[in-house]
Amino acid sequence: MKEPKLKEHVINRDWCKGCSICVYFCPNKVLELDDGDKAFAKRPEDCICCKLCEFRCPDLAIEVITYRESEVIL
Amino acid sequence: MAVKDYIRERFFPHIWCSGCGHGMVLNGLLRAIEKIGLDKNEIVMVSGIGCSARISGYVDFHTLHTIHGRALTFATGIKMSRPELKLIVPMGDGDALAIGGNHFIHAARRNMDMTAIVINNRIYGMTGGQYSPLSGYGTMSTTSPYSNIDHDFDVVELSVAAGASFVGRTTTYHVKQMADILGQAIVHKGFSVVEIMSQCPTYFGRQNRLGTAIDMLEHFKENTTPVGSKAKQKNPDLVERGIFVQKKMPEYCDEYDKIIERAKKGN
Repeated sequence: MKEPKLKEHVINRDWCKGCSICVYFCPNKVLELDDGDKAFAKRPEDCICCKLCEFRCPDLAIEVITYRESEVIL
Repeated sequence: MAVKDYIRERFFPHIWCSGCGHGMVLNGLLRAIEKIGLDKNEIVMVSGIGCSARISGYVDFHTLHTIHGRALTFATGIKMSRPELKLIVPMGDGDALAIGGNHFIHAARRNMDMTAIVINNRIYGMTGGQYSPLSGYGTMSTTSPYSNIDHDFDVVELSVAAGASFVGRTTTYHVKQMADILGQAIVHKGFSVVEIMSQCPTYFGRQNRLGTAIDMLEHFKENTTPVGSKAKQKNPDLVERGIFVQKKMPEYCDEYDKIIERAKKGN
């Protein structure tokens, strides 16, 4: 099994309430809050696709899309 | 199926506060259900009243939003008439153990196949932060401004004593364990109780000066330990998490079917 490779972070800005749980608990500090207090991927190249942000988000607002998954969908 | 396929997107964003643990429980529960591969039409979610009870509105299963403390009784009725369905009953700490305390212990004793989730944020959030039976001694709340002198229940010990055949505990910090325990509880044939320690940054956190949702999650991380660990022997104040009871017992609906068969034969 190859390591999953990041395609993108899909963040639903309408659902994000800016609690910054994803920002704080990200092991590689990939995410930050923008001026509108919404999460965004500041350093996507550092993402290891552990998906802890996706699992912890209380607002179901983050999805970490990896290449393997997107290939399966296609 | 993706997690999004299990929710009613038209009701999002949800009503819970920023950083509320209830959303994390919803997230973990959906992942557990996705992993088991249950069909949406196989599941009935029954909830009572309170912040936690709003969860039934957000999931695209059969759902029933009922009266305060009586979610388990409605669930009992559904299970008796349609035993093939999977019952999931999320409750708040007050809903489950104050208003619904009697229903809770008797549902546990009866061992009917359903999953009771006690989302324990130690406060009544929706009504403005009154203390609950799980707030505990020395905590502050709107109705205990000089600190609470009531002692709290231990949900795990109570459930074990009441006879639940599956008892687990986890926290909102331990999301992967949460999905794992919830999955095992749903698959378990019999009455399952899962206590999920959750954060209410708006009331319990603020009134007890516990900081933000992040600080409260850090608190769960620092103050819990896997069940049976050595850390617990060194520091008895740590709260254990994991699966405490998982045993086979005659299930109520199965036993009821046997009674019907015996009655038909007339002996």
